[in-house]
Amino acid sequence: MSTDTSDTAADGSRAEEASRDGASDPDEVPSRAELAARVEELESALAEVSAAESGKKMSIVATKGTLDMAYPPLILASTAAAFGYDVTVFHTFWGLDILHEERSKNLKLSSVGNPNMPVPNVVGALPGMDRVTTSMMEKKIDSNDTATIEELIETSLEMGVEFQACQMTIDLMGYDEDDFYDGVTTGVGAATAIQDMADSDIQLLV
Amino acid sequence: MSVKFDIAETLDVKGASCPMPVVKTKGAIDDLSAGEVLEVLATDPGSMSDLDGWATGTDGVEMLEQIEGDDVYKHYVRKTE
Repeated sequence: MSTDTSDTAADGSRAEEASRDGASDPDEVPSRAELAARVEELESALAEVSAAESGKKMSIVATKGTLDMAYPPLILASTAAAFGYDVTVFHTFWGLDILHEERSKNLKLSSVGNPNMPVPNVVGALPGMDRVTTSMMEKKIDSNDTATIEELIETSLEMGVEFQACQMTIDLMGYDEDDFYDGVTTGVGAATAIQDMADSDIQLLV
Repeated sequence: MSVKFDIAETLDVKGASCPMPVVKTKGAIDDLSAGEVLEVLATDPGSMSDLDGWATGTDGVEMLEQIEGDDVYKHYVRKTE
């Protein structure tokens, strides 16, 4: 302690104060540097313990409800759960339709706005074209044995993925809590999502 | 090419595509005891990279061997703990 040159002066005056206050041996009062080092040591030990306890976490925010955009959050959520991640998917705005038991079975693919679609935008904008492109996509999904949205939701729920439905959007869209798959969490908002993201190793906005 | 492990269970995910081979492998591994080996039969070419990545990134499992056959990809995963 006395060899700690940087803090010797301060240490000395604190030691005097301490002995005036009745401390028996001034040499037993730890220096500020020693205390700081000790705090740092304890903090890093605590961080290690809490990291080991909490495990790996992933947080996804799903904002889109078209057939093509419903897949990425569900595929990533179920795969991360297979890796042992604790996964939360927060569904807001059109992403809410993915959790809506009825609407999730009728998600549509937009025939406009995507230059890779086989039809030009002017044709895609004609009435009924979304239905045509959606049914083309559904046939491909079926013939390729790609999992359906419903299968991915059921599988993810079985694996312990937590699906959250944003309360503000539920009210905005006029949905009822019973409209969602069993096991979906309602009554949550942005603060819950932020808290989750702050605790996560992976955060994604889809 | 020869397989030299005792296979406790075989999981057939032929026809299934991403993410199902990984997701179902995880489920099948959960049902095994430590030390047992799971054989996974898949037709998804992505299963070679995906199952290897999953085994590397997941605690308690070890990829023993992956065999690229004519039509079927075979994977041998041991549950280590």
